[in-house]
Amino acid sequence: MAKNDLISGSIWDEYSNQVIRRMDDPTHQGEITEERAKELGGKLIIADFGAESCGDAVRLYWCIEEGTNKILESKFKSFGCGTAIASSDAMAELCEGKTVDEAVKITNIDVEKALRDHPDVPAVPPQKMHCSVMAYDVIKKAAATYKGVDMESFETEVIICECARVTLGTIQEVIKLNDLKTVEEITDYTKAGAFCKSCIKPGGHEEKDIYLVDILNDVRAEMEQEKLKEAADASAAGSSTFDKMTIVQRIKTIDEVLDADIRPMLMMDGGNMEIIDIKENMPFYDLYIRYLGACNGCASGDTGTLYAIESVLKQKVDENIRVLPI
Amino acid sequence: MEVYLDNNATTKVDPEVFKAMEPFFCHIYGNPNSLHKFGAGTHPKMVEALDYLYSGINANDEDDIIITANATESINAVIKGIWVDKILNGNKNHIITSEVEHPAVTATCKFLESQGVRVTYLPVNEKGVLEAQQVADYIKEDTALVTIMWANNETGKLFPIKEIGQICKEAGVPFHTDATQAIGKVPVDVQDTNVNYLSFSAHKFHGPKGVGGLYIQKGFDLIPLLHGGEQMGGHRAGTVDVASMIGMGLAMKLATSQEALEYENTEVRRLRDKLENAILEIPETIVIGGKDNRTPNTTLISIRGVEGESMLWDMNQKTIGASTGSACASEDLEANPVMNAFGSDSELAHTGVRFSLSRFNTEEEIDYAIDVIKGAVARLRGISSSYAYTPKNHVSEL
Repeated sequence: MAKNDLISGSIWDEYSNQVIRRMDDPTHQGEITEERAKELGGKLIIADFGAESCGDAVRLYWCIEEGTNKILESKFKSFGCGTAIASSDAMAELCEGKTVDEAVKITNIDVEKALRDHPDVPAVPPQKMHCSVMAYDVIKKAAATYKGVDMESFETEVIICECARVTLGTIQEVIKLNDLKTVEEITDYTKAGAFCKSCIKPGGHEEKDIYLVDILNDVRAEMEQEKLKEAADASAAGSSTFDKMTIVQRIKTIDEVLDADIRPMLMMDGGNMEIIDIKENMPFYDLYIRYLGACNGCASGDTGTLYAIESVLKQKVDENIRVLPI
Repeated sequence: MEVYLDNNATTKVDPEVFKAMEPFFCHIYGNPNSLHKFGAGTHPKMVEALDYLYSGINANDEDDIIITANATESINAVIKGIWVDKILNGNKNHIITSEVEHPAVTATCKFLESQGVRVTYLPVNEKGVLEAQQVADYIKEDTALVTIMWANNETGKLFPIKEIGQICKEAGVPFHTDATQAIGKVPVDVQDTNVNYLSFSAHKFHGPKGVGGLYIQKGFDLIPLLHGGEQMGGHRAGTVDVASMIGMGLAMKLATSQEALEYENTEVRRLRDKLENAILEIPETIVIGGKDNRTPNTTLISIRGVEGESMLWDMNQKTIGASTGSACASEDLEANPVMNAFGSDSELAHTGVRFSLSRFNTEEEIDYAIDVIKGAVARLRGISSSYAYTPKNHVSEL
């Protein structure tokens, strides 16, 4: 949040002139009839994507020259806000003259860029990026209809944020490599979730199969699992260091040292001790203990005995251990 | 011609109100809490303003009406005040509200849910209202507050406030109503309705923005949201915005007089109905929530095949201002929760356009608006993919 974000203006102020022109007078709006397709000497393809209940729906018409697979004419009809209409118009225009295989490569980002007045200034505000995504999807649907295949066959990777076209693999990788802990960090690293925000969590504009919050949870759980496995392997191999141990391993390690070197001494005097907790207070590990039996209330518990316990643990476990009696 | 049909969002300040406020900016500007004449000089008009507010909602002199910054503050003060008083410091943990309240209520309740409070959001029926009995069914031993709006901001539908008030009174549960959209449109009488707390905002009835009020019935407490000075009897700290308070008082007087309410319910209603009926002549248009039992200035119309924001865009090109809760018109991409709450037709959620009139609208404006709206619908349906291929039967209301 900063000064420029405190007073929000109309989203219409962020539309490019191209968007406005196409909203007011879309040049490729309309339909292609069977007669028209015949006249052009091509095959008519009609594809629908979206639904009125979702807020956006588009119908794309292509007339395709069958020998060359070239799109001779491209038109659209669209239910949606002004940016949906403008995006559909730009999308239909970008398709014309291309082969079907070339058209499938047109992404929502190409559509948005085609709507810019200036190469560096976005054509629509972030929350409107999803309108151009629909344009991308309907192209795939039309191409799939023409080729008689599933539209998913055009996607080689799972796209999580369609606005920014960020894949599942990329998101998983950045979480692991950078030890990311929040969705905001994922957005900072990848731009996923920065636009319409539907991919962040359920309840947004579009329903998704998987959300950033789920991916983050899954990857963090996987990382935690890997960490535990590493700790277990290191422990089994006897190569584990205190800082890499799990909390249970730490308690176990300390307890073993206490059993071997400290408790026999204390028990000889009718006393004992127990571990209450270990807290990381980097760079230190604070070990909270309670004296039992004769040690409880003994004057040496805060001086000589305490010093002896701490020295043994520092020497045998980790030099950053501090012992704190409660 | 410019036509403003978004009066449920805010209203134009009545010129008479503006004139009454003017001296308090540069001439009578003393702090009302000061002892000297510069401060004391504000008192007579402040007292007069308060009288108008009491009279406007028929409050008893023993009750309190405190001046706040807006209805949102009033609502927060009540709900969070109850939270502190009855929930944190007591043994109650439950609030009842409806699914179609203004975000000032629902967002505050959501916040309290995050703090462990149980909130019941009552659904509305196909007419967009809830039955008083629903409130009775959900009141429990630990219910600390019932908060239900008087009139809905999107549809104008009126809620059974009198009956709900009676139920709450019998159950011994405090009852708050957000009357922001009711004042100046229908009679609001706190003595006739068993309302314990009532919130309102001046800019919804031709007063200035940034000032509102909170009625508190005698015997009911309010823990201050703002601590500081002893203004407003200790209920709300901060120097009172004298000019705004005076503006709100006069605006209340002008909006709630018998003549004003009569004008609202005859002439404004006539113009609203004229606009509404003209739009309903277009096939496949419906009034969301139906035509009965609503404020006289509001209509929320679904125009099938026409997305709300694109309709607003076209009207704006012809200098007509209206509103839509449709997803694409706001930063939040959720569909309009009020329209979703009806639950009868998910497709409607993106096709609603709200027209809300005021006493300043004229016949000529409505005639012009009708022409523009018909042209815009024709253009947008010409582009629409959904309208062209999924025709439905024409019905006039839902």
